[in-house]
Amino acid sequence: MNDFAIAFTTAFDLIGRLDPQLRGIVGLSMAVSLSASLLAFAMGAPLGSALSVYRFPGRSALIVIANALLGLPPVVVGLVVYLLLSRSGPLGSFGILFTPTAMVIAQSLLALPIVVALVHRTTAGLWATYGDLLLNDGATRFRSLWSLMNIGRDGMLTAFLAAFGRAIAEVGAIIIVGGNIQGYTRTMTTAIALETSKGDLPLALALGIVLIVLSMTVSGVGLYFGRGLTSR
Amino acid sequence: MLLIRKTSLALVGAIGVALLSAQVVAQEKSIVVASTTSTQDSGLFEYLLPIFQQKSGIAVKVIAQGTGQALDTGRRGDADVVFVHAKSAEEKFLAEGQGVKRNPVMYNDFVLVGPKSDPAGIKGNDIAAALKSIKEKQAPFVSRGDRSGTHIAELALWNRDAGIDIDKDKGGWYKSIGQGMGAALNMASASNAYVLSDRGTWLSFKNKGDLQILVEGDKRLFNQYGVILVNPEKHPTVRKDLGQEFIDWLLSPEGQKAIANYKINGEQLFYPNADDPNA
Repeated sequence: MNDFAIAFTTAFDLIGRLDPQLRGIVGLSMAVSLSASLLAFAMGAPLGSALSVYRFPGRSALIVIANALLGLPPVVVGLVVYLLLSRSGPLGSFGILFTPTAMVIAQSLLALPIVVALVHRTTAGLWATYGDLLLNDGATRFRSLWSLMNIGRDGMLTAFLAAFGRAIAEVGAIIIVGGNIQGYTRTMTTAIALETSKGDLPLALALGIVLIVLSMTVSGVGLYFGRGLTSR
Repeated sequence: MLLIRKTSLALVGAIGVALLSAQVVAQEKSIVVASTTSTQDSGLFEYLLPIFQQKSGIAVKVIAQGTGQALDTGRRGDADVVFVHAKSAEEKFLAEGQGVKRNPVMYNDFVLVGPKSDPAGIKGNDIAAALKSIKEKQAPFVSRGDRSGTHIAELALWNRDAGIDIDKDKGGWYKSIGQGMGAALNMASASNAYVLSDRGTWLSFKNKGDLQILVEGDKRLFNQYGVILVNPEKHPTVRKDLGQEFIDWLLSPEGQKAIANYKINGEQLFYPNADDPNA
């Protein structure tokens, strides 16, 4: 029990005095995971919506793939992105391995299937209800994409928050492509992994508590503003 | 409609800012050093690098991996300098033309750590006898199993010094976990097993539980660290001037003194020996 008590005290202490090193780590975690989930959302939402609106060969295969990739292992994504971005890999000339940019890329790949699958699920139902109406109104299918996403705002928000949750919680991919460099690519989750390996379990758990508080705050803020969006 | 458009504009903007800020940070003078978990987990780099950065203005980005993986990172051209501890693997790296020159930097030693109760009765200063006894009693032993410097040293101690073909003779008591030093110590601590550790990581490790040092002071437990500039002729993106500046500083009297000054609870962790050509 004692370990837990120390962890909670340490966590509140870290938050209370806004530890500068912790601030940097939290800032990077937020910047990387928000960018990644925004990127995944910007690509995935239109795609998921398109899977509802358009009929084309291979469509059901894409839906199956998106749903299957919900269980994509972060460590595999990390490895693939590593090999692509490595100096000896096809994209090596950009020199972005072991940078926050590489971490954003890896996390958006992880989050993308989540956005596609959830947005498709929301918009598929909406398309069944409103599809004929929209088309009879003279809207093209392309314009209907945006209308559907607009009608399904709350589903969009859920998809975004799920993508963010996936990104902020994972460690397997970013520790490979970011390298856990102090003050540069160290995030909440890689710092937790590091403190665990140094045997400082209470500090590791304290960082875990801070991380949970952080992602609860993001969800809370998201849902608060989301209410404003959906209640209109 | 409008709302979605506004939101997507904001999205694109936010992504742009995020990527840009990442790029700005990358502009400063910096090198990537692939090193071992022992130099990071022992806190050495956290102590050393600010001193170097203040003097040179070069930020050193350390990727802490096992020695084998660190050398592979160098082989792929993803690091400018490798700082590792397995002479045989380092010499192979040089023979492949991957590195410019191997420079001895410092040493410390390995210690065999185990539960206070010492079920295999190995306490002393003879590592070969200790390992033989662990095998005979089938006492639990945690191996790094990750091609790290410590793992390579452990295998050599079993095979060369204790005369045990560990690959063939290991049983359920020998747990190869494929993880870093800290993880191996955590596991030994949780399961009261024996484990070979570098002294630096052991001293700074905070979750010792019932573990203590049981075998130390055997000269076969010597642990030499070397630093190598990745060959810029093979990997043109290597920042050779900055990397060489870092290496030169480590080998200089000032760098050597800084290494010697790093202590935990008054105990020195690493002993500089850049002046020993045979190290």
